[in-house]
Amino acid sequence: MALLEINNLHARIEEQNILKGVDLTVGAGEVHAIMGPNGSGKSTFAAVLAGREEFEVTDGDVLYEGNDLLDMEPDERALEGVFLAFQYPVELPGVSMNNFLRQALNQQREHRGEEPLPAGAFLKRMRECAALVSLDPQLMSRSVNDGFSGGEKKRNEIFQLAMLEPRLAILDETDSGLDIDALRIVADGVNALRRSDRSFVVITHYQRLLNYIVPDVVHVMADGRIVRSGDKSLALELEEKGYDWIREEAVAA
Amino acid sequence: MSHPHALASLEASFVDAFEAHAGLLAKNGTGPAEALSFAAAPALRRQALNRFRDLGVPSRKNEAWKYTNIPEALAAGFAVSPADPPSDALPARWRDCLLPNLDAHLVVLVNGRFSSAHSMIGDLPEGVAICGLETAATVRPDILRRHLGRYADWETESLTALNTAFARDGLFVYVPKGTVLEKPIYALHLPAANERLFLQPRHLLVFEENAQARIVERCCGLDGEATFTNAVTEIFVGERAVVETYLVQDPGDEHSVVSTTHAYQEAASTFSTATITLDGKVVRNNLNVLPNAPHCETHLYGLFLPAGDTQVDNRTLVDHAKPDCVSNELYKGVLNDRASGVFNGKVFVRQDAQRINAFQENKTIVLNNEATMNAKPELEIYADDVKCSHGATTGQLDPEALFYLRSRGMSKRQAQGLLLHAFAGDILERISIEPLREMLDERVTRLFGE
Ligand SMILES: Nc1ncnc2c1ncn2[C@@H]1O[C@H](COP(=O)(O)OP(=O)(O)O)[C@@H](O)[C@H]1O
Ligand SMILES: [Mg+2]
Repeated sequence: MALLEINNLHARIEEQNILKGVDLTVGAGEVHAIMGPNGSGKSTFAAVLAGREEFEVTDGDVLYEGNDLLDMEPDERALEGVFLAFQYPVELPGVSMNNFLRQALNQQREHRGEEPLPAGAFLKRMRECAALVSLDPQLMSRSVNDGFSGGEKKRNEIFQLAMLEPRLAILDETDSGLDIDALRIVADGVNALRRSDRSFVVITHYQRLLNYIVPDVVHVMADGRIVRSGDKSLALELEEKGYDWIREEAVAA
Repeated sequence: MSHPHALASLEASFVDAFEAHAGLLAKNGTGPAEALSFAAAPALRRQALNRFRDLGVPSRKNEAWKYTNIPEALAAGFAVSPADPPSDALPARWRDCLLPNLDAHLVVLVNGRFSSAHSMIGDLPEGVAICGLETAATVRPDILRRHLGRYADWETESLTALNTAFARDGLFVYVPKGTVLEKPIYALHLPAANERLFLQPRHLLVFEENAQARIVERCCGLDGEATFTNAVTEIFVGERAVVETYLVQDPGDEHSVVSTTHAYQEAASTFSTATITLDGKVVRNNLNVLPNAPHCETHLYGLFLPAGDTQVDNRTLVDHAKPDCVSNELYKGVLNDRASGVFNGKVFVRQDAQRINAFQENKTIVLNNEATMNAKPELEIYADDVKCSHGATTGQLDPEALFYLRSRGMSKRQAQGLLLHAFAGDILERISIEPLREMLDERVTRLFGE
């Protein structure tokens, strides 16, 4: 059984249809890349999977570990192992990183029937995960994302991924706005977190991230649909020909 | 109750009560009002009463009382009396109103009267007086004569006039020149009546030059019959004195409170105050500060967290009469259920008050469609060299922030609690009395959290 099975997913916001029939199957341990031009619906797709209520699913279904994902609250999905690394991480002034992570992690542990992590073990874990993406441990006493640089915000998302150990991680343009060094740090972090029981959906606008996080499958999204899938060479082809090529095909189809 | 006859009969009931108790109130010139400095003693109460009669019970036709319906709050009827001597018997749960781990000079007022049986003042530095106002009229008549009735404006405020007519007891604090009171004062105002009472405590807090003190006044409910408290507080902050006051209101949802405070600051003094409203039926706070000399610093903080049908109306005035002062005001509210909130903050900068820095902000989160907020920040500036800003925002919890937290596995309630905590944190972190901060922290968590 696949970890994630999406059939004919349609979603809209207000009166605008954005997802127009997405099909996607992700097996355990696989890395899928989703590429596509701006406005094609990539972030909407990620948000619908994570349970963002502003988007209304009008058709289709999503099975996660065989269960109806769309029927779950956002926090239930998280507790079941779905993680979204936000394209635009939210600033939470007054909510300390420390408290935020402790509460999030302990929710997950409680859900698994585990005791809350003792303070010492929690700190140790936090330090290890921060080191994985070279995130300054000083940030742990600051408010979540508040005053973080663009790169720190992105690394903070991967840091949280490492802390929460999901089975399905969706990365929404984690690479955008990063310079090449930061990109490498993030990619190395993600690669270190790859496991046979953890799948990734890596959304990116550019091919360069996929030089470091090598995907099993590459999909191209255009106008709310996956219009093409292939192996990693598809990403290179896209880089070469640009998105107009795909867009024309999508229109022709 | 906006019917003129109903209003007139309400006013008449106060006048009748006054006449009925006139003998007791006069009491041969030993009561606090008789120590008032600016009028012939026996006549003063009557003057104040007449003033009240002229001004009337504030009705909603009066712009300043547009959102708080006092006639309606009084309609159920409350016995007006100058208050009996305090009863020594209090339900045991009054101790729940104490703060664990707070090492303080404890003052207990029961139904507006100083209770020596429950107060624990403890040792005081030389010259400091902490007692009931009635006692103060005997032990420090000089201080009363110099300060009582000097700052509260009974000429134009009808409820202040009413309080002045009936004033008998309340909290009295005197910290002489150069004295630092290390421990805070914790003054509990306990409405604990077995009949519906109209209570009128009168507080006087005097801090002479270079004095330092912190005071927590808490109006804490013990169930009992509903009460209506019309409290008036006068605060004198002498030159270079540093004073921090807190007003914590959790009288319970049957009790209404109008609390009027007038603080007067002398040169280079610092006055910080926080008004924290947790519950109540109708709560109206009039906070007036007059920094009447250069180089004063004034901080006004507010936190209101009403739920149910509680109405909270905060009205503040900082009257910058003199140059080179700083004032900073931040009021935050979270409204739940059908609660309503009002913030009306006015900063007034008089013509000669140059180089004033005045900031004012009100932020409110409305958790529920049925809760309502009215915010009206006002700046009135007649000087040209000033730095002032004000703003008010009312909104809901940020859905993006909620989603972010929930996407990490937190329940909706947990996420709301965390965000509200962060929101209230701006005020909580300014509370220097740790046991008070902890109690409020816990209240914020309990009200909205897990
Ligand atoms: N909250 C929203 N309200 C209205 N339209 C939206 C909203 N979010 C996204 N859209 C629209 O949906 C389309 C897809 O956006 P998005 O999913 O962000 O694309 P991508 O991530 O591929 O750039 C765009 O046309 C965008 O304007
Ligand atoms: Mg996007």
